[in-house]
Amino acid sequence: MLELNYLHIISAIFVGIASGYLGSFMILKRMALVGDALSHVALPGLALALLFNVNPFLGAFATLFVGIIIIWLIENKTELPVESLVGLLFTFSLAIGVLITPDEHIFEALFGDIAQITALDTVVAVILSLVVILVMKKISKSFILTTMSPDLAKSSGVNVRRNNLFFLLMVALIVALGIKAVGTLLMGALVIIPAIASKNFSSSMSRYVVTSSVIGLASLLGGVILAGFYNFPPGPLVVLASTAIFLLSLLKKA
Amino acid sequence: MEGKILNVENLSVAFDNTVVLENINFNVSKGDVLAVIGPNGSGKSVMFRALLGLVPHEGKINWQKNVKIGYVPQKLAVDKGLPLTVLEFFKLKSDSKKDIIESLSSVGIDTGPSHEHHLEHHLLNRQMGFLSGGQFQRIIIAWSLIDKPDVLLFDEPTTGIDVGGEETIYNLLHELQDKHNLTIILISHDLNIVYKYANSVICLNKQQVCFGEPHSVLDPKELSSLYGGEARFYHHSHAEKDHHVEQSDEHMEQ
Repeated sequence: MLELNYLHIISAIFVGIASGYLGSFMILKRMALVGDALSHVALPGLALALLFNVNPFLGAFATLFVGIIIIWLIENKTELPVESLVGLLFTFSLAIGVLITPDEHIFEALFGDIAQITALDTVVAVILSLVVILVMKKISKSFILTTMSPDLAKSSGVNVRRNNLFFLLMVALIVALGIKAVGTLLMGALVIIPAIASKNFSSSMSRYVVTSSVIGLASLLGGVILAGFYNFPPGPLVVLASTAIFLLSLLKKA
Repeated sequence: MEGKILNVENLSVAFDNTVVLENINFNVSKGDVLAVIGPNGSGKSVMFRALLGLVPHEGKINWQKNVKIGYVPQKLAVDKGLPLTVLEFFKLKSDSKKDIIESLSSVGIDTGPSHEHHLEHHLLNRQMGFLSGGQFQRIIIAWSLIDKPDVLLFDEPTTGIDVGGEETIYNLLHELQDKHNLTIILISHDLNIVYKYANSVICLNKQQVCFGEPHSVLDPKELSSLYGGEARFYHHSHAEKDHHVEQSDEHMEQ
């Protein structure tokens, strides 16, 4: 059985809240699928970090950073077919990642593993989660306006390109943090499912982002605790927990 | 530039070597209502975006110094599921409840003390996606007026508003122009609107087909060259309000 300790609990609380919060903005921007596919980009970085004995978070963040820069550049050139290019790039990186990930690590890389978590990991997770929440809070108004009409936002003086870059950087941070717990294959669920469930519960923006954060917290914490009890990898359990909450939200909607 | 709020000279816009606007020249005086007309794809919206500084262009666009521009886009990406209330939409731009109420009342929404309950519950706390087309339009106009612009750029809605509702919106714009000496530049597909409300008109079909007072420049020949041989147009004359004068194709090709 996995020994759960306070480090797991603290990390899950902070990363869960930040994932749910950031996810609510990803859904507003209609990038559910891009967000999901983007998490696969973490795999080659994770693999390289394992091969060279570097902190996996750094490796994952490095390739994610390249991934978000590519998305950012594509977004600024709207005539390119974003979806297909993104699909190609991300499945490509998943393929490369699977090939170079050392065999003994492949399962944890894909589905998450929190057996070894250090105090430093936890401190980093807490600080970066707070950074994500604060940055998104700061740009939230102009971000929402941009999702409604980029022209209206620009004509009101919003720097859309810069905001987008900040936003994508936050996505890269959260994905790099979250894959430790849920793995590269299932990370998309941690940001997407809380937000779409929250949408069903909410009739205002303030309620939507808060509810999404709470569901993110409940899913990640619940999944990690269940994983500890039943000795499963946490990733699938986190996804099951958030899916259960999503199903409940459908009842509320109907 | 004396008395002119906008002066445009030799404006051209091209995307990837495809010319979408060529050699446009016009000016707008304070308090004018300028209508922009032309068939689909004639560059009307592109011209708006150029005037707002959103697309690269050649030629000169000279706005009066320190002019404040309000913009009402043709559409906003607002679906029924968007958890954004009317109040939250206003707060994207202004935190002052007083300013919000003031701009709502300037678009003809009852905001007096006896309407407080109604205003809170049936408008401010309503989700944007649940507003009717006409209400929605009114709210966006109120939103664009909140920082008291000198000029309003109004991209006509093509869907979602019935004839009566449209009439009210234009009456409203007319009123704003009278009361606040607001300068209005509007894109319209409806020649009745142009005759009734505009004191100058510019006809676009990638190039500038006409510019001047509606009654002197909008003759059948101009309209024919603007909309092509198949154009028909309707014109309410003031004496015979309910009678549509329809120009036949043959007549237009004289």
